[in-house]
Amino acid sequence: MSKNVSIKYALDWTTIFFYVVLVFMGWISIYGASYDFDQASIFDFNQRAGKQFIWILTGFAIGGMLLLIDAKMYSIFSYVIYIGAILLLIITIFVAKDIKGSRSWLEFGPIRFQPAELAKMATALALSKYMSSYNYKLKAWKDLIPLGVILFIPFSLIILQNETGSALVFVAFLLMFYREGMNGIVLLIGTYAVFLFIIVIRFSIIPVQVDRGTLGFLLAMGIVLLTQFVYAFFFTKNRKEALFLVIGTVVIAAISYVINIWFYLNYNYVAVFATIASCLYWVVIEIMFRFKRYWFLILFSLGSVLFSFSAEYLFETALQPHQTQRIKELLSMENDLNGAGYNVHQSKIAIGSGGFWGKGFLNGTQTKLKYVPEQDTDFIFCTVGEEHGFWGSTLVLFVYWLLLMRLLKIAERQRDQFSRVYGYCVASIFFFHLTINIGMVLGIMPVIGIPLPFFSYGGSSLWGFTILLFILLRLDAARLERMR
Amino acid sequence: MINDTLQNRKTVIAIIMSAVILVYILRLFTIQIIESRYKEGADSNAFLKKTQFPPRGLIYDRNHTLLVYNKPAYDIALIMREIRDLDTLAFCKALNIDKAFFILRIAEIKDRNKNTGYSSYTPQLFMTQLRNEDIATIQQSMYKFPGFYIQNRTLREYAFPNAAHVLGSIGEVSRSKLESDPYYKQGDYAGRDGLEKTYENVLRGEKGVEILLRDAKGRIKGKYENGKEDIAPKAGNNLMLSLDAQLQVLGETLMAGKVGSIVAIEPSTGEILAMVSNPSFNPSILVGRQRSKNYMQLVNDPTKPLMNRATQAQYSPGSAFKPIQALVCQQMGGISQNTIFSCNGPSSSPIKCTHHHGSPVSLLSAIEQSCNPYFWSAFKSTVEKDGYGAKNAIFRKNYDDWVDRMKSFGLGEKYTDSDIYEQSRGYIPSQKFYNKVYRAENAWRAITIRSLSIGQGEVLVTPLQLCNSMAVICNEGYYITPHLLRCDSMRKHIHRAKVDKKYFPIVYEGMARVFESGTARASQIPGLQMCGKTGTAENSHGKDHSIFVGFAPRNNPKIAIAVVVENAGFGSLYAAPIFSLMVEQYLYRKIKRTELLNSTVAKVTNSYVKER
Repeated sequence: MSKNVSIKYALDWTTIFFYVVLVFMGWISIYGASYDFDQASIFDFNQRAGKQFIWILTGFAIGGMLLLIDAKMYSIFSYVIYIGAILLLIITIFVAKDIKGSRSWLEFGPIRFQPAELAKMATALALSKYMSSYNYKLKAWKDLIPLGVILFIPFSLIILQNETGSALVFVAFLLMFYREGMNGIVLLIGTYAVFLFIIVIRFSIIPVQVDRGTLGFLLAMGIVLLTQFVYAFFFTKNRKEALFLVIGTVVIAAISYVINIWFYLNYNYVAVFATIASCLYWVVIEIMFRFKRYWFLILFSLGSVLFSFSAEYLFETALQPHQTQRIKELLSMENDLNGAGYNVHQSKIAIGSGGFWGKGFLNGTQTKLKYVPEQDTDFIFCTVGEEHGFWGSTLVLFVYWLLLMRLLKIAERQRDQFSRVYGYCVASIFFFHLTINIGMVLGIMPVIGIPLPFFSYGGSSLWGFTILLFILLRLDAARLERMR
Repeated sequence: MINDTLQNRKTVIAIIMSAVILVYILRLFTIQIIESRYKEGADSNAFLKKTQFPPRGLIYDRNHTLLVYNKPAYDIALIMREIRDLDTLAFCKALNIDKAFFILRIAEIKDRNKNTGYSSYTPQLFMTQLRNEDIATIQQSMYKFPGFYIQNRTLREYAFPNAAHVLGSIGEVSRSKLESDPYYKQGDYAGRDGLEKTYENVLRGEKGVEILLRDAKGRIKGKYENGKEDIAPKAGNNLMLSLDAQLQVLGETLMAGKVGSIVAIEPSTGEILAMVSNPSFNPSILVGRQRSKNYMQLVNDPTKPLMNRATQAQYSPGSAFKPIQALVCQQMGGISQNTIFSCNGPSSSPIKCTHHHGSPVSLLSAIEQSCNPYFWSAFKSTVEKDGYGAKNAIFRKNYDDWVDRMKSFGLGEKYTDSDIYEQSRGYIPSQKFYNKVYRAENAWRAITIRSLSIGQGEVLVTPLQLCNSMAVICNEGYYITPHLLRCDSMRKHIHRAKVDKKYFPIVYEGMARVFESGTARASQIPGLQMCGKTGTAENSHGKDHSIFVGFAPRNNPKIAIAVVVENAGFGSLYAAPIFSLMVEQYLYRKIKRTELLNSTVAKVTNSYVKER
């Protein structure tokens, strides 16, 4: 049996301190955001700040209870918890009322609860459990498929509830996979895909010549050809071939320009032709010289062509209209300050008007006068920005940074893989929420409605994040118990 | 079991996380500290800046009688974006307007050609200058019409229905004024003419601002910082005019049924005591919602009531010119006070005499009897005194001298240092003018321009200038720019006439005799020595203009007056009694000659003016 160590000593009090600080600052911000000149008390339970106070106290209670449970239980019951969460998600789809288009809330009398918040924790547990199982290998197909299934079921159920934002949180697990051995290329390719997507979409509205191709697509192909050139010139040092590539591209461009004077020729197709021609060229080089170094480049090029071609189509069809709209706003392709762009515009005004020192607690005009919609939930950071200015916002970000670094440290010091994977899951989920939420408020991420951990008003999310964190704290406290 | 080879990936992940947070801090730095437009955006979001209009300055006469004051009025303003679920019918009913008018006004407000400053975010004026009773109904139900606001304003109110031309009026600021002076906003009111225009900056005061907090739905949430940042409006300064209200009222009464004007000046100060122009109008008709309708009516009136005849009408002075002529001719050496000329009565040549008196005549009796041949001879011997010379150069030089001395009496130019906004310059024809008319420098001689000698022909004066020339005689050689505001600083605006003091007594004497034994015998005031001169100016519009100029008392004059009654005939018949009554009113504050008063008021020269 393991050694019994008093939880008081084993518990990571630093993390709890950060947690309490963030929750407290969030509570104050909610009071500021929903303050309505009528000077209601922060403990008025009819007001949001008062309610949040209840959520905070119950959150502490839940956290305390989680600490009392034996750490092994989380590992043992992880699949059970996972299946329970899945069932809850399924029930929700059928039972939940339609609230602003999403069917994600379960109601028990006066209390409303969003099972998707629990699903994050359950999925994290299930992933940890599976990945810590004996002779598991991340790179083996037979192991990848179950992992995919574990992720896909809650993901698709949450999508069905029309909570795209919450579903996207599962993307966060990529960071954990990376730590657990996933090839770093995946992250790079993901970043590259986002970059290419932005280029294609952003410049798709600019025609090269009317009806003869878009700037976005040509830029994307240009990036591909440039990558080929840099690769050949600097890495494989086939300098002659690299220069030939440039000459070929220029010649094709010139010819197509001349043809276009008399005949109709779409430059998009010329670009595709040029890129595919370059790939064939590398195939020939590959075969002739047996370099065996170009297969990846060819794959990358063809993939890029396919992706660029479908990006615009997917953007217009696969996404819902309001999502398309939000991305267009973000990329400044449209500027509808009263429509789709209203939230972000107002949120930037609120934060921007805070200046360095802020307007002072309860003195924010923008938030008090309700200019920012959702200002106590998804846009809670506006209140911080307006009332406490640059120093206050930076302080909040700094505390988050400290918490994240602490979580990485905790995850890394675990002696069993279950705890470590779970630790990375928690850190990744917090990081993802933080990135999307604050990025959205600052106008550098699309509007995706997910809460800011510990800050946004709402019992479900506060409980969800508390549970996520305290399970990790419990596992961490147990690391000493395992010492023989 | 622990995969230690991958431990450095923790660093990569930590770097990614740190990088994102750093980017966000930099972003915060840009929008919170570097860029200022968000601050402005926040202000225009949250603050509704309500203009507080200051009460305009009051206007008093020289005896502290209140002439112009303010009464409350209201504007209905709207903010287009804030109008929600408007019950148009109820709104129209509450304001007592019809729906067509409502639709028209909204269209006008939105039309950027007519309303250049239009914005759907800022208050636009829907209706202006409503009176208390007009808004009584809507005031209680205003909450039903979000987006509409009532703004407090003041309107002008007049204690007397007189002095419309002097006081002027206020109206909506013109586009050019909007562009040149940032103080004004579309829909503001400013002086349009008269003293209201001249002293606009004194009277208007300073607008104040009340800062209200407005939420995202446009609801007012109270005062910002409990009004600490509000700016209270500063009331305009009051004006005290040189005008004597009673004299002004009498003047307007005397002019009833006649076309013309009266100007009275206190010679020692240049202060204008009365300035009457008839036909006139009640200034209160140009206030409030009726302004534009009434204004158009005045514009279209054939007798031009909007014109201030006292300063804008130009007449040939006729014989009223003779006192100054006598002064200038003496000064230039053309005559002396002992010079006599013969007069052949109606058969005189080239200018007939219209009066009956002996011959030869002296300067004194020439003034008394208004002898035309005498003044022709005097003028001729003045401008011809050194002969003509080659190409008439000597003659022309002397003529220039004559023009210059005439102008030094305040004739032929506007009083640019005066506070009278509407002025005509009058005309003393220059040498250049005649060179041009007769197409050569030597083509015209004294005989060609003989009409000038008796104040006819090209010479033109305004009643104000005529009156001012009397002030010069009263002061024996100088005048203070005639003005309407009672203030000491104007005393410095002294203009010297280019005639020596010693030449004045004989003119005094001649003008006194006009009352004693001359053309104005009938208008004497028992026990008061007055000086004056009748004038009967020929003109192309019908009967001669009846003119009288003069001052009283003879010693140490207190008032100088010019009276012009258009198309009335002899100066002695119409203008002289008016002069006499004005003097009586001003010096004795009471009119004893009620019979003369009544008969003068009853005289009608223009039945249309009487009817108005």
